[in-house]
Amino acid sequence: MRVGVVTFPGTLDDRDAARAVVAAGGQAISLWHNDADLKSVDAVVLPGGFSYGDYLRCGAISRFAPVMKSIIDRAEGGMPLLGICNGFQVLCEAHLLPGALTRNHELHFLCRDQVIKIENNNSSWTSNYEIGQEILIPLKNGEGSFQCDDATLAQLEGENRVIARYVGENPNGSRNLIAGITNSRGNIVGLMPHPEHAIDPLTGPSSDGLAFFTSVLKAAVNS
Amino acid sequence: MAKIVVEVMLKPEILDPQGKAVASALPRLGFTFATSVRQGKRFEIEVAGDPTPAQLAEVEKAVGTLLANPVIENYTVKVEK
Repeated sequence: MRVGVVTFPGTLDDRDAARAVVAAGGQAISLWHNDADLKSVDAVVLPGGFSYGDYLRCGAISRFAPVMKSIIDRAEGGMPLLGICNGFQVLCEAHLLPGALTRNHELHFLCRDQVIKIENNNSSWTSNYEIGQEILIPLKNGEGSFQCDDATLAQLEGENRVIARYVGENPNGSRNLIAGITNSRGNIVGLMPHPEHAIDPLTGPSSDGLAFFTSVLKAAVNS
Repeated sequence: MAKIVVEVMLKPEILDPQGKAVASALPRLGFTFATSVRQGKRFEIEVAGDPTPAQLAEVEKAVGTLLANPVIENYTVKVEK
């Protein structure tokens, strides 16, 4: 399976995302922000970083990159799409996912290992987890506070579209401790913490993040 | 030449941690007048000549598309001469 990993100017985590795809058994394909060609990929990861320097708002400028038009078209047609951290911000700015990510409530940039609980394993990216499973993966961001209006929050909860929640104290002020959400179809997932940094105990706090990438490979095999 | 001024503020119901930090810094410096501070953005856009209603509509569209995120922000567009 070919999984595209997008590099914007200022992206940081594209190499780790590609490494995670390979560790899961997939083929990682580099995609460039300024090239609309998706190179026949079956899924796409928007990795973390500071695309376009986070100017204006995080993800606000990257969301209009040429590659994004192709990705939005394909994702609306069902292609699995995972946005991690800055990638999650891009997905919200692109209105592929509802809500927005705002400045952490204590203003600090957080960088730590964080326990999150998987709440939905019906998405393309979480099917290899158990519901209620707690995993340990890095969290590193300054603008990770998930915000939306009450109606959107009720809809996300009512449709079981919260895929993961922070365990313990709320690290950033996110509503309902939301760490990640999915669209109604389950192919598009946005996640603030970083599963791609936790695929191997040699380089991360655990290998708990790997299942995001094995999940999408399984989705491709079954489709 | 006219200047179009766009001001973007977080919606009142969205937490503004930067504004709160400013509000808590003021009294430390002896400024005790503020009960609340909200921080926003201001854009100054220069255009040749007086903007027509059609151009202003175009600006509004651009602001709603790029300069502001209507999910979390409100904005105003004014013309200054």
